[in-house]
Amino acid sequence: MTISNEDVQKIARLARLEVSEEQATKFSDELEKILHLVEKLKACDTTSVEPMTHPFDAALLLREDAVTEVNQRDKFQAIAPATQDGLYLVPKVLD
Amino acid sequence: MKNLHQKTLTELQSCLSNGDCSSQELAEHFLYRIEANDQLNAFITVDEQRTLEQAKQADVALKDNLGSALTGIPLAHKDIFCTDGLLTTCGSKILNNFISPYDATVVSRLSHAGMVTLGKTNMDEFAMGSSNETSYYGVVSNPWNTNAVPGGSSGGSAAAVSAGLAPAATGTDTGGSIRQPAAFCGITGVKPSYGRVSRYGMIAFASSLDQAGPMARTAEDAALLLDVMCGFDEHDSTSLRQDPVNFSAQLDKSIEGLKIGLPKSFFSQGLDAEVGDVIDTSIKTLEKMGATIVDINLPSSELAVPCYYVLAPAEASSNLSRFDGVRFGHRAKEYDDLGDMYQKSRSEGFGDEVKRRIMIGTYALSSGYYDAYYSKAQKLRRLISNDFDLAFKQCDIILSPTTPSVAFDKNAKTDDPIAMYLNDIYTIPANLAGLPAISLPAGLNPQGMPIGLHLVAPYLEEGRMLNIAHQFQLNTDFHRAFPENYA
Repeated sequence: MTISNEDVQKIARLARLEVSEEQATKFSDELEKILHLVEKLKACDTTSVEPMTHPFDAALLLREDAVTEVNQRDKFQAIAPATQDGLYLVPKVLD
Repeated sequence: MKNLHQKTLTELQSCLSNGDCSSQELAEHFLYRIEANDQLNAFITVDEQRTLEQAKQADVALKDNLGSALTGIPLAHKDIFCTDGLLTTCGSKILNNFISPYDATVVSRLSHAGMVTLGKTNMDEFAMGSSNETSYYGVVSNPWNTNAVPGGSSGGSAAAVSAGLAPAATGTDTGGSIRQPAAFCGITGVKPSYGRVSRYGMIAFASSLDQAGPMARTAEDAALLLDVMCGFDEHDSTSLRQDPVNFSAQLDKSIEGLKIGLPKSFFSQGLDAEVGDVIDTSIKTLEKMGATIVDINLPSSELAVPCYYVLAPAEASSNLSRFDGVRFGHRAKEYDDLGDMYQKSRSEGFGDEVKRRIMIGTYALSSGYYDAYYSKAQKLRRLISNDFDLAFKQCDIILSPTTPSVAFDKNAKTDDPIAMYLNDIYTIPANLAGLPAISLPAGLNPQGMPIGLHLVAPYLEEGRMLNIAHQFQLNTDFHRAFPENYA
């Protein structure tokens, strides 16, 4: 398994990360090593094994469809990078 | 009162109830020690005023006989737990301005029990690391040898308890993050069964593996804390519906007739001889106490590390997508558009190890690779879990070293992620299977560095595990060893 700098850039884009060319070289080397470690899994026969998503198979809990939270907008927005009139501000998306 | 910082929670309880000291005096003592030993870098945030206020309230409750078993006793929280009104960084730059608007359930349960918060402890960034070297807030020193790492990710909590800066602390464990630093720092650390302790308000790393637990001097202390920490919480959809359990009441049984399983492969390649020797001595001690030894096999656990390094990064890449610079946390100063803002905020905010894991996870989940990596690893996880089910038909508990070596030097493994990952080779299987596990002090190597003994119990059998650990500690005094320079 080889990971090129272009592969790193593609993965970084998917993960919303910015990676310089210099970093890409370092990451491609490291990611390759990690994937090499992970390749060992292929040696194991897992035919007819059910994937385990969770340590136990409990059903998700359901609750009454009732309001349980109080409005704490001011408290939550006090720690936001930018707000206005109770709304979170981000750069313009539509012209 | 001398040596308050070397006392166990049970000893501090009697100090408080006898009137030998007040909660305020305890808080002042530990706050003083935190400040005097700040070169360990065990804490990220300390708020003295807040701590002293809590202690005064505890003193009032104690005076009016309204206290619980833990009222007035101080403890430290790993900085992964949200604490209302207090900086909560998770060891990351991306949260360097995050004042949490609410308490994690673990935090609120312990404060309702009257415990006093000393501060927030240092940790590997987003709990990704085994040495505390990925923290944006600097590496923590091991109190037994300040050139060595304390382990991680709960390295600040482990160093704080070990050096007597806190009598106990909270930690979290996704692949060994409570047990490995507990072993490296010579304290007792418990990872409960998955679902025992609420994950609400605990910043998520890998949600199907993460579990909070206590770090303390003794198994008895850990049991006291677990009694309070465990319990159903409707805010965590994977919280077990369980009746309250009194682990502290289960410690006194004899271990006569106990069957201890030794996974042979854990004692062969890669294990340092000095660690192996100390663990052999522990096994002999347990045999003298009436336990018998059986050999068991956990063949699939050989692939636990690669399995973990698919599943944990995959879950992390999803969990960490919430850090986008919109609602909280770091936002880049300059950007062109929304996409650029996400990208710059995240790139400036995350350190290299976190970026590596997000990328590995993104890759493993990306189109065309899902079956080869993610699904394959989940199947391996099933096989690893099945091995434990089989093993527990032959034995009551599984014993091994916690780590292959004692604490290594700072910078020894920072350039080699794989060497770092292999530190957790004995601890990861319990996370994958969701089982309770504990690390407890088993002695020192010839250079005086602590070695941890690791026990894994069947699902929900924390009581049995703590009972064995407590009985071991009644027959040994390794848990009483204290790093010289901090005595």
